Amino acid sequence: MRRGGILTNIALWLIAVFALAPLAWMVSVSFMSPGEASSFPPPLLPTKPSGANFVALFANTDMARYLANSLVLATLATLLSLTFNVMAGYAFAKLRFRGRDQLFRVLLTALVIPAQVAMIPLFLICKSLGIVNSFAGVLVPSIASVFGIFLVRQYALSIPDEMLEAARIDGASEGRIFRAIVLPTLKPILATLATFSFLGSWSDFLWPLIILNDSEKQTLPVALANLSREHVQDVELMMAGSVVTLLPVLALFLLLQRYYIAGLMAGSVKG
Amino acid sequence: MNRERAAWGFVAPALIALGLFFFLPVVAALILSFTDFDIYALADIGNLRFVGLDNYLHLLQTPLFWKALGNTAWFVLLGVPLSIAMSLAAALLLDSKLARFKGILRTVYFAPVVTTLVAVAVIWRYLLHTKYGLVNWVLGGIGIGPIDWLGDPHWSMPAIVLFAVWKNFGYNMIIILAGLQTIPEELHEAARIDGASAWQRLRHVTLPGLAPVLLVVSILTMAGYFQLFAEPYVMTQGGPAESTVSILYFMYEQGFKWWNLGFASAVAFVLFAIMFALTLLQLRVSERWMR
Repeated sequence: MRRGGILTNIALWLIAVFALAPLAWMVSVSFMSPGEASSFPPPLLPTKPSGANFVALFANTDMARYLANSLVLATLATLLSLTFNVMAGYAFAKLRFRGRDQLFRVLLTALVIPAQVAMIPLFLICKSLGIVNSFAGVLVPSIASVFGIFLVRQYALSIPDEMLEAARIDGASEGRIFRAIVLPTLKPILATLATFSFLGSWSDFLWPLIILNDSEKQTLPVALANLSREHVQDVELMMAGSVVTLLPVLALFLLLQRYYIAGLMAGSVKG
Repeated sequence: MNRERAAWGFVAPALIALGLFFFLPVVAALILSFTDFDIYALADIGNLRFVGLDNYLHLLQTPLFWKALGNTAWFVLLGVPLSIAMSLAAALLLDSKLARFKGILRTVYFAPVVTTLVAVAVIWRYLLHTKYGLVNWVLGGIGIGPIDWLGDPHWSMPAIVLFAVWKNFGYNMIIILAGLQTIPEELHEAARIDGASAWQRLRHVTLPGLAPVLLVVSILTMAGYFQLFAEPYVMTQGGPAESTVSILYFMYEQGFKWWNLGFASAVAFVLFAIMFALTLLQLRVSERWMR
């Protein structure tokens, strides 16, 4: 028993090292001086730690702009997703309308279709709407999602009908009920959906790569991919770029991990 | 009556958005795949012609498509079992009563999942550097000579699998952890009283109890691994010797580099068909298994 416990904990920490080592190494190298990482054996810590790479990154590239682009886009995507998915998820759970269950079933079957199948025509649709190479084009696929509607519906099912009926008898409109009763009740799942939407939008790569051409409109991941092709030798600079790209999402995750992990379980196991 | 209208007011915006930006494009993709939509049609739709199954037939005669298909299959066959094994091991260890610091470790294991793929691909490209990479340095410590991970066509796919396992194992681990909590403690207790060893309990109590969860996990993981794109885009650009050209990478290049949009749509549909068929197959096999 004793030995088993020690072995278990050793194994757990080995996995932890595996999970964290690449990220720790990234942070360490981002503080090294240019060229320092390209030596053997690979240095684990900077000899003279300095923030020069970060200064160079923001001074010599448009990193500040890409960071702003990504922040604006991820925030807008989150707001859109919250508005559209929450309204629909609530209605699918709690309001009655003709064809509701059939419609919901159709939506669920769509989960098996990989998003990339829609991408080429979506590009053509955006082109005919004149929103290629614009933020509107980037945001179009994140307005509503089947997963988001499903997540909210699962949670909204637990709102007691009596509460809604009572409000109706008191003469509250459906909109009022939604704002005053439903939204406050749904708060935890709003946090979950918001985290998913923000992280999803922030990390998205293929769609922004397709829809945006101008370099000043680029999101961080696309910009980072381009930079890393131009600066193959500048390991330290690229690690600083990775830190800038990862810091916001890791911070957000640490802050909201409770909601994020709850959503992950609700979305996968219950279904 | 009024309430029905209100209900539609709530669902309509999302349904219109999904219809316009998901369902319509999927149907359009199928139609596009039967046309010769290319850069000339992009300039003037009058140049568009229906070509029936030509794109699909042409696809079958394109060596790079077969190569991409093979590479993707290689990635899926190697990656899915490794990923699930890693997730299962992490979940079982974390679920053990003997484990300490569970909360922190769970967060640590999950951190790679939330990272931005492009950023961590950039990191791993350097970790896998032949001369100065940390991976080869560690391997050198146990007597394994330097491997040219991203430069040798035999190693490029395993290297990307290693990276993908690192990135994703935490995701499945969470789902498996949730599944482990649904297995009644009494079952373990009963088995222990009957004198079952830890290994026997794992085989006869834990794994059968996890079967439905493992099915979900394997379907999700497979779908994820079929969508390999950003990793080769950032780390290898499809090379060396086209060993990391995946189906999606092929689709991207055909569609948005060469503007063969009709042809690329056919590629997208073949990918979809393969994923769909394999998912059905998995469901069938597991149905038989669980009975």
